[in-house]
Amino acid sequence: MRRRALLQYGALGLGAGVATLFAGWWQVDGPDAPDVSNGRPLPLTAMDFAMTDHERQPVGPQTLIGRASLVFFGFTWCPQVCPTTLADISHWLDGLGTEADTLDVVLITVDPERDTVEAMAEYVGYFHPQIRGWTGSPAEIARAAEGFRVRYEKAPLEGGDYTMNHTSGVFLFDAAGALVSIIDYHEPREFALPKIRRALARSPSEAVSGTG
Amino acid sequence: MRLFGIAAFALALLTTAPPVLAGGEDVVIEDAWSRASIGTSRPGVAYMTLQNTGAEPAVVTGLRTNLAMMPMIHASTTDAQGVTRMSHMEEVKIAAGEAVALEPGGLHVMLMDLQHPMVEGESYALSVIFADGTEATIEVPILGIAARGPSD
Repeated sequence: MRRRALLQYGALGLGAGVATLFAGWWQVDGPDAPDVSNGRPLPLTAMDFAMTDHERQPVGPQTLIGRASLVFFGFTWCPQVCPTTLADISHWLDGLGTEADTLDVVLITVDPERDTVEAMAEYVGYFHPQIRGWTGSPAEIARAAEGFRVRYEKAPLEGGDYTMNHTSGVFLFDAAGALVSIIDYHEPREFALPKIRRALARSPSEAVSGTG
Repeated sequence: MRLFGIAAFALALLTTAPPVLAGGEDVVIEDAWSRASIGTSRPGVAYMTLQNTGAEPAVVTGLRTNLAMMPMIHASTTDAQGVTRMSHMEEVKIAAGEAVALEPGGLHVMLMDLQHPMVEGESYALSVIFADGTEATIEVPILGIAARGPSD
């Protein structure tokens, strides 16, 4: 079976060559590629930055201590990854119901040039009410990204516009600010919900009942 | 093994494309949907499935809609460091008998320079242009901004 299939590929000539290249790509750069990033976010307690949330409140990493939190980076001019992530998170929150009442959910922009407080407020208002939007000066966003080990860069588009390339994972911290897990962009709900429940379960009970 | 065989075969078809191409009449476009936009300054997005029912590969070379001055197909890719970026696809090939899905997280139509806001509940016409010069025009329903798919 395998032998006959190989002969068929051979007959396809160029096609088989491309298939081999594809197989090579799959091993070198594909999903099986060794993870060269040593970048896991620092504990929230080891970070230091100051931003403003979409309701004009001063916020920083210390804002997230005391409750489990879910933090991700994005920008509101993004039509694809960010609405998808926000819609997925809204879906997770709906799935958790009242269990998620003690979870802080924050989108930090990587595009402060366009994502003003007003832009963030307008945007997050379309998603689950528990989702907060944080923005700040380019310097503070760079400090936050460093703490979270997030990479981002401006990418020009035709017509003078630009988009942002950025780390798309969702970071999950417990109430003490320790990283519990990273939820990949696109992870199915059946995998995401247990991770969030684990972060919530690691929350000190006094923190859970303390704030609301 | 079988999946790899299919992938290899599809790739072989793509790379050894004969000059005869399938076009708009052979490609069935289904499950098209868009998200509502906030105003017109941010780009819009559209998703759909393109099924090539023809015996030849089909190649999408462009898009046209009155809704946006610059509609284009983008691919989202995430590298080993977890960084997601978008790249403009000049063309998208659909092997004979195969389907290509434009869906959240992967290939998608990016609607740049919106001419008017995309309002939930409304729809708009989008023409898909093929390499053989034919076009397929579909009506794309606009769902909520937090929609996750056509059945949501």
